[in-house]
Amino acid sequence: MTRLKWCRLRGTGIVMLAMAGLFVSAAAQAEEVTVTIDNFTYKPEVLTIKPGTTVTFVNHDDIPHSIVDNGGKFRSKVFDTDESVRMTFDAAGNLTYFCGLHPHMTGRIVVAP
Amino acid sequence: MASDSGRKADSFGVDRRGALECMLWAGTGVLWTISAGVPTSSLIGSAKAQGAGLSFVQISDSHIGFDRPANPNPLATLEEAIGKVQAMPAKPAFMIHTGDITHLSKPKEFDDAAQALGKLRLDGHYVPGEHDVIDEGTGKAYLERYGKGARGAGWYAFDQNGVHFIGLVNVVNLKAGGMGNLGDEQLAWLADDLKGKSSSTPIVVFAHIPLWTVAPDWGWGTEDSAKAIALLARFGSVTVLNGHIHQTMQKVEGNITFHTARSTAFPQPAPGTAPSPGPKLVPAGELRGLLGVTNVTYRTGMARLAITDTALAG
Repeated sequence: MTRLKWCRLRGTGIVMLAMAGLFVSAAAQAEEVTVTIDNFTYKPEVLTIKPGTTVTFVNHDDIPHSIVDNGGKFRSKVFDTDESVRMTFDAAGNLTYFCGLHPHMTGRIVVAP
Repeated sequence: MASDSGRKADSFGVDRRGALECMLWAGTGVLWTISAGVPTSSLIGSAKAQGAGLSFVQISDSHIGFDRPANPNPLATLEEAIGKVQAMPAKPAFMIHTGDITHLSKPKEFDDAAQALGKLRLDGHYVPGEHDVIDEGTGKAYLERYGKGARGAGWYAFDQNGVHFIGLVNVVNLKAGGMGNLGDEQLAWLADDLKGKSSSTPIVVFAHIPLWTVAPDWGWGTEDSAKAIALLARFGSVTVLNGHIHQTMQKVEGNITFHTARSTAFPQPAPGTAPSPGPKLVPAGELRGLLGVTNVTYRTGMARLAITDTALAG
């Protein structure tokens, strides 16, 4: 319980940074998971994580991709083959996103305690 | 490619012969001639001297900066395409580039492309691809180079030899789950641009992503293209030139003929033949069969295009 509370407290500031389009590293004790991109598909397409989790998106395609929030809160840099971006999700909620270059590519992240 | 043929490959998985064969496949362009208001296309390498009329060349999807096995050196293949244009017996009036000039919108990629394309010594008319608007300014770098006199994200029109040319942008403000996007502002501009023009005015529209739905699962189409097509429907001769899909494809709808050009960088798979639309590694043994596979001709006096498949081998 203590750790969860601590994560949420840290999360407040991290979410604000994310909304400004910045991406920050997770707290040392926070969980880390990976979303891979293969054949223009985010895997897993739906990811359920706890608040404070850092997600690393890794591009395995021979073409660049990006991560853009449907609601316009964040837009990652474009990352090319074998490059990645890291994003920390702190606030509970249901986030849907797509690739800014290939918008038919979509994914969803469920942040739940 | 090399693994299929059993030849020794370098660290990219492509040997020199394979890379050169890729260049043969990729290094093509399309010559367009308009005579009596009817555009005719032919592969650059087989172009013959044209009679009176307006000829121009279309180059597309150069992807300068791409360095993956499908073509480690797209600058070389662009220069090869340029060489074929320069060798044409009849000099084209101008060039249009239908986008993805660069791979990552980096300054050096734009510089290298501009230097190579400058060797054509032709006026150039550009529209951006989605790879040209991924700088930090989401298109600012492109507009600084090619946006002079253009509206919005880079759309514009011009006239030459009685033909009205319209360059559209359908690679910005893309929506989740969708395809290309023109947007209401550009569509309003298009309606205004066409207003008052005689229906007998030949129209050539060019944009990066196809303005007809080729493969929605791969995003190969434009969400609101039907609105643009409705504005063009009253004209007797409309030709729509696109890129993006790195292969030739045609469709006729009323008086509107749609055509997509090859890339000068790398091929992409035909819809439904691969898990995704990513760069296609071409087996060396199939390359000559793919070279010059399709000639597309809009024959003078005919409303519908004629398609001639011509393989160099096989």
